[in-house]
Amino acid sequence: MTSTASTAPDPTPPGGPVADEPRPSRGTGARRRAGVGDRGANRAFRWTATGAGALILAVLAAVALFLVIRAWPALTAGGAELGETISWFPEDASILSFVGPLIFGTLLAAALALLLATPVAIGIALFISHYAPRRLASGLGYVVDLLAAIPSVVYGLWGSLVLPPVVIPVWGWLADTFGWFPLFAGPASPTGRVLLTVGLVLAVMILPIITAVSREVFLQTPGLHEEAALALGATRWEMIRTAVLPFGRSGVISAAMLGLGRALGETMAVLMILSPGLLYSFKILQAGQQQTIAANIAANFPEANPMGVSTLIATGLALFVITLLVNMAARAIVARRKDFSGAN
Amino acid sequence: MTTVTTQAGPGRAPDPERTAAVRALLRGADARRRRTDKTMTALMWGAFVLAMVPLASVAWTVVANGMHQFDGYFLTHSMRGVFGGMDAGGIYHAIIGTLLITLGAAAISVPIGLLTAIYLVEYGRGALARWVTFFVDVMTGIPSIVAGLFAYALFAVFFGPGVRMGVVGSVALSVLMIPVVVRSCEEMLRLVPNELREAAYALGVPKWLTVIKVVLRTSVAGITTGVMLSVARVIGETAPLLITVGVVDSINFNLFEGRMMTLPVYVYRQYSQGLVPCNDALDAVCIPSINYDRAWAAALALILIVMLLNLVGRLVTRWFAPKTLR
Repeated sequence: MTSTASTAPDPTPPGGPVADEPRPSRGTGARRRAGVGDRGANRAFRWTATGAGALILAVLAAVALFLVIRAWPALTAGGAELGETISWFPEDASILSFVGPLIFGTLLAAALALLLATPVAIGIALFISHYAPRRLASGLGYVVDLLAAIPSVVYGLWGSLVLPPVVIPVWGWLADTFGWFPLFAGPASPTGRVLLTVGLVLAVMILPIITAVSREVFLQTPGLHEEAALALGATRWEMIRTAVLPFGRSGVISAAMLGLGRALGETMAVLMILSPGLLYSFKILQAGQQQTIAANIAANFPEANPMGVSTLIATGLALFVITLLVNMAARAIVARRKDFSGAN
Repeated sequence: MTTVTTQAGPGRAPDPERTAAVRALLRGADARRRRTDKTMTALMWGAFVLAMVPLASVAWTVVANGMHQFDGYFLTHSMRGVFGGMDAGGIYHAIIGTLLITLGAAAISVPIGLLTAIYLVEYGRGALARWVTFFVDVMTGIPSIVAGLFAYALFAVFFGPGVRMGVVGSVALSVLMIPVVVRSCEEMLRLVPNELREAAYALGVPKWLTVIKVVLRTSVAGITTGVMLSVARVIGETAPLLITVGVVDSINFNLFEGRMMTLPVYVYRQYSQGLVPCNDALDAVCIPSINYDRAWAAALALILIVMLLNLVGRLVTRWFAPKTLR
């Protein structure tokens, strides 16, 4: 706002059509000041463009504002009132104790996805930036991006009709062998509609964004660092470990957080695969244990009464705040790397 | 290695025993390192192959399962009056809904997104520009269902609760689409060489005309690509449409009244209806899995649309880009 405000009261220099200071380079230094040309159409155009920019901020504020407005009835109503008016609202719960397990389920599913996707994504990013033949590299990157082009409902269809027969024996083996570990506590569900399956599908869905951002960072490793490592006798892996990975660490972290943001908000895959439950449960191989915020909204929204809608919007508000925080943290890390702009 | 031994003593002949020892030392240490290197190389290849498995599997199952239901009849008929295991019904109404709602979303987001990009590239300085850049990035991470809730809440304020209209879905999609349009247009506008702008200014062209006639015209191919890719991104969104536009079996051309069906929601709807119980012996054309078949075929149509948009978008840049951008 300061930038545009400062140009407005500029005294208009008499005469001299476009004789303002030269523009050394785009983005830096003195820009073309709003001088004699800043009248009529010129000013209108500048204000329109600025208004569009400000509108973006307004939209984001409006999202928060309208969610709060619609969520307010549920936020102020007591648990008993909610339990009476909403059929799917658990007995003797308050809005907080209702949203708690949902947040837990959302975070658990996203964490699983992140855990599964990040190592593979780093591997693919390194493969494309440092292992694949130069000529193939960009094509391979495009192939990975294709994973992002598939609509989430198709992933949901695939994850619920095709994946379960494949993963059920594996999950069963996991439960039998590592059942002592709380996450894998058996018996594994015979339907395969469990959180681990969801995590697997979510991992596939967030793979492209993590890969794309990491790849950009890895490609920016200074060539001299790599050559220096190689000249000291390092093998290719040692070069990557000593030069590429330390350079790209913050980029990979922010890439993972962007992926986390995606996984937190993903709806359809969870809705179509998971058999839901409202428990604080780590048992990712059993059905009917967890549910995520987004899937819960999509499942109950179409048939909800006004109070139910309000409750669901309140949970959506929680999801909005969580993803906003995660994304802002990720973007702040990215923004600190000045010349890096490949995110998304 | 030989240089090491020769340098050890200029006057002496290289000691074969020492050479062998040094070589063995280096080799011995190297073996483990080389093994690690080989292992890691294999792991990198493995990671890439691993990522290709779901891509190939999704593509294969969608094509294989969707093929036999996917025909002219399927594309040109709605679901009106279709029930049970009837071998009928199609996605015409869903295609209409998807096209209209996505067009509506594009009509909202392209002007806003493009103007914001122009602001950021041509005018943006100082705090506002920094905030806009940052929050455009943050906006790309808004969950699609939250965008849907926002659109619903916005319209519910004016039209009362329970509002279901195509345009609500358009607004929801445009919240998701605007940041993508801004990012891609911004990138394209920054590619326009500064000399072109300076040449226009030198000829006395005012800035707004320079932007419209020179900058936009130079980058029109890139902007088209960016818009098409952003459309491809939102056209597959399901959750916001499910909660704002609802589901319906008939054709609705009116964005401003009544529920509409869209392709992704159609896929979900058919899937959630599940298997049809076919115990009626008289009914000869009852197909138990007809709902799943329709879901797969609609998914195939959806993927084809998305891929087509992606492909055409990329070809537009390749064909129409000015030579300077190459």
